[in-house]
Amino acid sequence: MAIFDLFRRKTASAQLAKDRLQIVVARERASTGDRVQSYLPQLQRELLEVIAKYEKLDLEMVSVALDKKGDAEVLEINIVLPESPKKGSSVRSRGLSLSTG
Amino acid sequence: MARVTVVTSGKGGVGKTTSAASFAAGLALRGRKTVVIDFDVGLRNLDIVMGCERRVVYDLVNVVKGEANVRQALIKDKRIEELYVLPASQTRDKDALDIEGIGKALFELKKMGFEEIVCDSPAGIEKGAQAAMYYADEAIVVTNPEVSSVRDSDRIIGLLDAKTKRAQKNEKPVKCHLLITRYSPKRAAAGEMLKVDDVLELLGIGFIGVVPESQAVLTASNMGVPVILMEQAGEAAEAYRDVVARFLGEEQPHRFIELEKKGFFARLFGGGNQAQPARVAVGG
Repeated sequence: MAIFDLFRRKTASAQLAKDRLQIVVARERASTGDRVQSYLPQLQRELLEVIAKYEKLDLEMVSVALDKKGDAEVLEINIVLPESPKKGSSVRSRGLSLSTG
Repeated sequence: MARVTVVTSGKGGVGKTTSAASFAAGLALRGRKTVVIDFDVGLRNLDIVMGCERRVVYDLVNVVKGEANVRQALIKDKRIEELYVLPASQTRDKDALDIEGIGKALFELKKMGFEEIVCDSPAGIEKGAQAAMYYADEAIVVTNPEVSSVRDSDRIIGLLDAKTKRAQKNEKPVKCHLLITRYSPKRAAAGEMLKVDDVLELLGIGFIGVVPESQAVLTASNMGVPVILMEQAGEAAEAYRDVVARFLGEEQPHRFIELEKKGFFARLFGGGNQAQPARVAVGG
């Protein structure tokens, strides 16, 4: 009803801008550093190549990120495998962490 | 002690030169002996914004290459006692600036007693921008509340952390200040524009102030007068004066961030939709 639209808040595009920026900024911080971070895009590509040998590939299935926890840097690799045909429930995901100096 | 401050942003057109001109003029107004250097070799504009474009004889490249000394290249501002401009070259390219030569020029300026050395960076993240930031002690990162500007500012902050002399010599890192320009409290309140707090959260550096979107900025550059010196510039000039005061270590409540809450009758009869400034402190 038109009259209710008057009271509804307009869609806040600024919120969308913020959400998109948070993602892109985090990704770029991880990939433009001059140390260990620099190989992350390459690592991601190579992992995808290996997985492609065994599983149907989706570009989004491998994510690589570098986090700082205290003194240690944590390299987090997330591989999401596609749903198995039998169980239609949920995706399986496995995390692998390793620290680098 | 002389302090070197780079005014930088990554993205072009966000108000670097406008801000560098007003910032330097403001410091000089406060009695600091100040020089503002244009690092945008090939696309110089600080001279025309400062209104001294017809007085350029020698430029930064001449100085860096040893073809002229610093004193010959400096242009003394006619309005403010302690203010000088060092223009960029219009005819050469950015490769003409070598880090060592810049270091020597800055050393000369410090010897001459300059207390504040303001470096107006070119846009981009390449050699010219890196030359402008290399010797910086502090940085003013100029950002518009808009996605591409915020993203580019984040890149520049990364470079300030990695590619400056301070970073390479493992000294105390460059102190970064975020300056948000072309801000509209009204649009931010309506959810159409990133809010100050959003930008601060995203970039995570110290906050030095907001300059509201203002028509006076165009008028000022038309006239070759730094915004901060224009009587008619109103809020924009006040905002830059606040920024200078904060830079000099003074407590100054943040302004021009939020819309003033209008009462019911003001909203009914207030007429115009002019953004009203409010004195609002922001956490940050």
